Amino acid sequence: MNSPDYEYLRKLLKERSGLDLSADKQYLLESRLLPLARKAGLSGIPDLVQKLQGGSSALITSVVEAMTTNETFFFRDKVPFDHFRDTIMPEVLKARAARRSVRIWCAAGSTGQEPYSLAMALKEMGGALTGWRVEIIATDLSQEVLEKAKSGVYSQFEVQRGLPIQMLMKYFKQTGETWQINPELRAMIQHRQLNLLQDFSHLGTFDVIFCRNVLIYFDQDTKINIFNRLARQIEPDGFMVLGAAETVVGLTDTFKPVADRRGLYRPNDPRAAAARPAVDGVAAPRVAAMAGR
Amino acid sequence: MKTCLVVDDSSIVRKVARRIVEALGFQVIEAEDGVEALVHCKKAMPEAVLLDWNMPVMDGFQFLGTLRRMPGGEEPKVVFCTTENGIDHITKAMGGGANEYIMKPFDKDIVLAKFQEVGLVAREEETAA
Repeated sequence: MNSPDYEYLRKLLKERSGLDLSADKQYLLESRLLPLARKAGLSGIPDLVQKLQGGSSALITSVVEAMTTNETFFFRDKVPFDHFRDTIMPEVLKARAARRSVRIWCAAGSTGQEPYSLAMALKEMGGALTGWRVEIIATDLSQEVLEKAKSGVYSQFEVQRGLPIQMLMKYFKQTGETWQINPELRAMIQHRQLNLLQDFSHLGTFDVIFCRNVLIYFDQDTKINIFNRLARQIEPDGFMVLGAAETVVGLTDTFKPVADRRGLYRPNDPRAAAARPAVDGVAAPRVAAMAGR
Repeated sequence: MKTCLVVDDSSIVRKVARRIVEALGFQVIEAEDGVEALVHCKKAMPEAVLLDWNMPVMDGFQFLGTLRRMPGGEEPKVVFCTTENGIDHITKAMGGGANEYIMKPFDKDIVLAKFQEVGLVAREEETAA
């Protein structure tokens, strides 16, 4: 790929999705965009770029979706779901005993494996949540991905990655070569389209936020901006879960790591948070970054 | 080193499975059918059995039943690996004492995930994205 084309695509992706590709990601771009170009009847990346520059908005959306969609699987990495079962939910059960409600946000819900894994984990808790109001909001940038998540339909290949066979038997129904998650679990989740670069305060406040393997694609200023805005959507005694390669350390003091629980964070002292200037950083990462320093 | 008995009547499948299971750190023994597999188990119980369903002489399900009634036969972790991908077969296998179930076609990631699930392979540190 020639470098003006690469630079153009980098800039486009940055503007549209916040995706921050480093200079050495040509292979990634090519491997994901070449099939898309071919599908659109174009000969290759140069043609694709030309068409994008011509302002084809449908094509721009496809490019952004192709680059921001991640492969995922049920109970990915396992550890965060152990934290959820062993640390997060026992505390939530105590702390919300009077209110008997819990709100969970999957901020990069992708094709649904993560929110459905959480739904299954909650079901596995048995009667502990009887009479509770449980809300799981799963958001993703890509409409296409959300449609798949909503359908809850997975291939034989997908249901064998991370999902124990007992859970498959218990929570899925087989239809030919595919497996669909039960209506009861589907009903536990609301799927919504959302760009993390934009305002998400309308989602309300959450007890638990899963925000895994999405911030790694953003530059540092954008990360800081998103963390600071996430801090305003989380209960003071809530929990945030990040991906294995992600941390708040060195970026923001709005969250602090939980000792001996890798990937698990809690909001920092509310007084520290109050001292933080409220920057409505909608698509203004730079401003927020400066304010955060 | 842990031992995995790979039971399948297809030599190609055994070869593919051997490569995957060896890469996970197992010593592999092959058997073409249930009877041959039982002979191996009588000699020395393996830690793991990767088990096809449909085979001549004795099929995987019959083998499983016989194995589980043998002295020490409750020890091996048995993971079915079969083209029988219907829920009826899965339910029957799990009820018959299988530990996990792989629907063919399979790959290294699936075998690894299932072996981790039953504790045959330790989970690595979280995979970075």
